[in-house]
Amino acid sequence: MTWRLSKFNVVSMVFGFTFLYLPILLLVIYSFNASRLVTVWAGFSTVWYRELWNNRGLLDAAWVTLKVGLLSATIATVLGTMAAIALSRYKRFHGRTLMTGMVYAPLVMPEVITGLSLLLLFVALDLNRGFVTVTLAHISFTMCFVTVVVQSRLTSFDRSLEDAAMDLGATPTVTFFKVTLPLIWPAVAAGWMLAFTLSIDDLVIASFTTGPGATTLPMKIYSQVRLGVTPEINAVCTILIAIVSTGVVIAALINKRRLVREARNERMAAMG
Amino acid sequence: MSGAPGDEIIGIKSRDAAEGKRGWRLRPRGVFRAVVIGVPYLWLVALFLVPFLIVVKISLSQVVVAMPPYQPTFGDVASWWAGLKQLSLENYRWIAGDDLYFDAYVLSLAIAAGATLLTLLIAYPLAYGIAKASPAWRTTLVMLVILPFWTSFLIRVYAWIAILKPEGLFNQLLLFLGVIDQPLVILNTPVAIFIGIVYSYLPFMTLPIYASLERMDHSLTEAAADLGSPPLKSFWTITFPLSLPGVVAGCFLVFIPATGEFVIPDLLGGSRTLMIGKTVWLEFFTNRDWPVASAVAVVLVALLVVPIALFQRQQARAG
Repeated sequence: MTWRLSKFNVVSMVFGFTFLYLPILLLVIYSFNASRLVTVWAGFSTVWYRELWNNRGLLDAAWVTLKVGLLSATIATVLGTMAAIALSRYKRFHGRTLMTGMVYAPLVMPEVITGLSLLLLFVALDLNRGFVTVTLAHISFTMCFVTVVVQSRLTSFDRSLEDAAMDLGATPTVTFFKVTLPLIWPAVAAGWMLAFTLSIDDLVIASFTTGPGATTLPMKIYSQVRLGVTPEINAVCTILIAIVSTGVVIAALINKRRLVREARNERMAAMG
Repeated sequence: MSGAPGDEIIGIKSRDAAEGKRGWRLRPRGVFRAVVIGVPYLWLVALFLVPFLIVVKISLSQVVVAMPPYQPTFGDVASWWAGLKQLSLENYRWIAGDDLYFDAYVLSLAIAAGATLLTLLIAYPLAYGIAKASPAWRTTLVMLVILPFWTSFLIRVYAWIAILKPEGLFNQLLLFLGVIDQPLVILNTPVAIFIGIVYSYLPFMTLPIYASLERMDHSLTEAAADLGSPPLKSFWTITFPLSLPGVVAGCFLVFIPATGEFVIPDLLGGSRTLMIGKTVWLEFFTNRDWPVASAVAVVLVALLVVPIALFQRQQARAG
């Protein structure tokens, strides 16, 4: 098999990637614009980044978002991994169909509905809206994404190792921590990262479920965006993009190195 | 872990029979099994299923000027029956009687369907190109598709405002090139919503299509070529049908959330293009009419229940 690309392939890829990256690139470039007018270039400047440090409200919101993200992603990863094991390792239990439904439906459920329904639950329970409720809401909608990521890894790996451990007398709990988890941890880590980014990115569900004192960064950005495009927002967005891109690229590089190492080990095993 | 060793052996046997070859060989009533199934199950029931039932309940109750702004229909057990008698379809009659809601539903479904098709037209050639690239390149290209997906949705939509507005970069470019002499009005029109949806959901369409193309057995198209089939014919008779599971998954992943989308129509679509996600938002936050907002949401779920069920079936079969 040769890997030859036709002109059509190249053109469609160039078009696709330009479409994906040009808007983000322009946003980053214009965050360094000296002019307050976001569409007129007036020279390079970092004035908007310096302004950010004086914006108390924005920094507070960023701190809330970070706390909610770290906490909800961690709990969602535990719950989501459990659900993935339940669905991939136990083929028969009462209400399996319902559980499958409850895992897949939130993936595509419009956010306004998830947000509205969780808010009505919190009101019915008489919970004060704020940090706790927004964290609970984020755990619920991100755990399903973790489940899907971990489940795809669980269905693809060699199960004879688990069987061997249990045949040798390991309990399921020991088998999970000693055999399964070390094998699936890249997927668990990817699931955590996905949950974290979904949480720090969320506007709609947070708007419904949060309360005074727990305004998140996307809510803050949204309320300013409604008033118009400003270079400060471009600067905030650029910082967020930089953080997320660095994280994703590092994760990808680690993963690539692991794959290369595994391929090498396999080759050596095959030769030996 | 409880149970005598004897139970364990019997347990393994019966479980093998019950869960088939692919099941995990555990005791049927082990603590691990109970925790791993029970905890996420209860969580999902409490924070996904029950909330939705509450939405249905509130959609059947009357609005009152209070906090919470609806008449509680179920109080304690004693007033249960009285509450049940107070349920009414008033909110649904209200929605049915106002063209505003009907138009918003139709518009949302139409925009979502059109945008899904557009996304497919851009995503398929992109995924096809990536699948045909050399394995060394593929990893990088796939990462390039995923990367924008990790950056904030809100930011990506926001980026388009500066491009599409009348004095924005797109119009500046066209004016500079002499293609137009009057700025085009794109922002705050349905066109901007289409662009926003296609842009934001492109990775959701590209990745499943790429996954199904990558798994494909290339000897099939090679055999067809050896037997004299022109490339385009091979594509339509072999490649495309084999990639259909990815196409279907991608279409669901775009169509269903796009129908209820809020951020894109709100920021790019302006106030005249009212999609249903924004209607729920307005009823809730601006009109403070929780029962009507709930009823609008219930009808939206009812419209999406068929695509959601089809999506679940497809995912369950694939997973």
